[in-house]
Amino acid sequence: MSDKRLTFKKRLHILKHHYRGKKMAPAFNAIHTFLFAPDETTHSGSHVRSADDLKRTMNTVIMALVPVLIFSMFNAGYQHFSALNGFPENFSVMDHFLTWDNFWIGIIKVLPLVVVSYGVGLLIEFIFAVIKGHEVEEGYLVTGMLVPLIVPIDTPLWMLAVAVVFGVVIGKEVFGGTGMNILNPALTIRAFLFFAYPTWMSGDKVWVYEARERAEQIADGATNVDAISGETVLGFLAQGKGAEMDAIYSTWDMFWGFIPGSVGETPTFLILLGGLFLVFSKIASWRIMLSAILGSLVMGLIFNGVVDQGWISQSSPFYGLMSFDFWKHLIVGGLAFGIVYMATDPVTGSQTNRGKWIYGFLIGFMSVMIRVFNPAYPEGVFLAILLMNVFAPTIDHYVVQGNIKKRLKRLNNATIFPKDSEGEAKELKAETV
Amino acid sequence: MGLLSKKDTNLILDPLADNNPITIQVLGICSALAITAELKASIVMAIAVLFVLGLGNVVISLMRNIIPSKIRIIVQLIVVATLVIIVDQVLKAFAYELSKTLSVFVGLIITNCIIMGRFEAFALANGPWKSFLDGIGNSLGYGVILIIVGFFRELFGSGTLLGYPVLGDPITKTGVYATGYENNGFMIIPPAALIVVGIIIWVQRSRNPALVEDN
Repeated sequence: MSDKRLTFKKRLHILKHHYRGKKMAPAFNAIHTFLFAPDETTHSGSHVRSADDLKRTMNTVIMALVPVLIFSMFNAGYQHFSALNGFPENFSVMDHFLTWDNFWIGIIKVLPLVVVSYGVGLLIEFIFAVIKGHEVEEGYLVTGMLVPLIVPIDTPLWMLAVAVVFGVVIGKEVFGGTGMNILNPALTIRAFLFFAYPTWMSGDKVWVYEARERAEQIADGATNVDAISGETVLGFLAQGKGAEMDAIYSTWDMFWGFIPGSVGETPTFLILLGGLFLVFSKIASWRIMLSAILGSLVMGLIFNGVVDQGWISQSSPFYGLMSFDFWKHLIVGGLAFGIVYMATDPVTGSQTNRGKWIYGFLIGFMSVMIRVFNPAYPEGVFLAILLMNVFAPTIDHYVVQGNIKKRLKRLNNATIFPKDSEGEAKELKAETV
Repeated sequence: MGLLSKKDTNLILDPLADNNPITIQVLGICSALAITAELKASIVMAIAVLFVLGLGNVVISLMRNIIPSKIRIIVQLIVVATLVIIVDQVLKAFAYELSKTLSVFVGLIITNCIIMGRFEAFALANGPWKSFLDGIGNSLGYGVILIIVGFFRELFGSGTLLGYPVLGDPITKTGVYATGYENNGFMIIPPAALIVVGIIIWVQRSRNPALVEDN
């Protein structure tokens, strides 16, 4: 074969042999297999080979996230300009939302978050792969995409970088890398940011581009800038300003996602589509999604019931969030995003089918509960999912034990026909049950 | 060291590294988590434990032949409690602010596993001089970790060391803060200490693989 006819793939493949056994081999292999399926075939034994490997799984989730990312880039600009100029009357998607001005804000604010998240995270994965001498793991592909979508838009890039280092090293690598972690790395990063830099993660000045900057300028005495206030729906409710919120955002705004919030958590419609895509491509568990939705509805109904019964006075700090229609909890804040993309993480979630129902239900239930009762920050999805991540193995344990007990009971009650000799009967027992 | 034989030297040096009470035996964790948000509190706590453990080991060692083994725990408790009360009263008298920071944790030195552990494991079986060295060694090993943890937590959590603003003023944005740096609130809360101690354990074991337990 002449040199000219060598494809790019072949060249990479030859290079790969050149690197085999060297220290940087894992780093090279990662790039190679990221671009192409390797040429090697299995040498010994028989294996069922499937294209549905870890990388394919990860890429499917990323595909489900891309619409959300693109929407969030437009929404970044839309929220910024709407906060400055007021929300447009006679809103039309083409004229007011899908505009170049809006997208430009997305490019300068959202894209850097994505780049930093992937850059820092993959760098750490490469370093650990080279130190440990095994292949680079694909685990960060999804995490890297989730992280920019669950942080406020004005998060400083260095904070994100610090949090990513913490999340990947402490949340994942110390447990042994991809597939061994007990906590969802993206949520570990989010939780780290929340506890480390609370002023950048909560309040009414972090959700819209420039809101914080302008507030600081005004505090410094600038008079030629307009203040931006970008309170989230939940933030309004937590302060008991439900009526004020209703005047600004309609229920459809919440559903389509034209509301302020973390970068990519708002478009419930696109998240729903992504969720359906993940369910039909059998990547994510529909049991977890469905039970989490049920759990949040049940908790929401309980709170609504408490309000209806008059057990809570209007002056209570929890009244605003408790009186929020129970089903609306699903379309505001990060609940939908968390349920679809985070709770269904196959590594940190429950593995057994019955376990998935319990695990999902409690995530929804706790999310709404923490959201209502958390005095500092009216959102609790990430805390609820992290909490249930910790309990997932326990749930699985009891589900498995329960199953064993049930089958043992069936074994003891089973009627065994041939009673000639005890030995045979016992063997039959083991087979029939 | 002409004063100490090689064996005696090891009594002091071993707990500092390869037999550290916190990172290897994982004892005394509670106080390491609770009071290390500030370097100053860590140092005072280290000194307090040094005093209690050094003296306590000597006292127990002197009494080791007359303590009935059935009630030895009670006797040990009385010895620790006496010493801790002395420390507590001294702190209250001469460093009232600090004793308020340390609050209940001075009293809780009584329950510090390292102290009872050394009484049981060493002082009851060895002479006073050796017990004294063992007490000093173990409390130094405890103190070293406390000071390392306190150093990082105060530096990154509050931007100060021993109360001095080494990184600049976060309110007027001077020093490092002018670049947009901010204090890490996570380092203030006790879980951060657990993670810092975990990282120390990680570093120590990857430097010396002999310390890694077999599964």
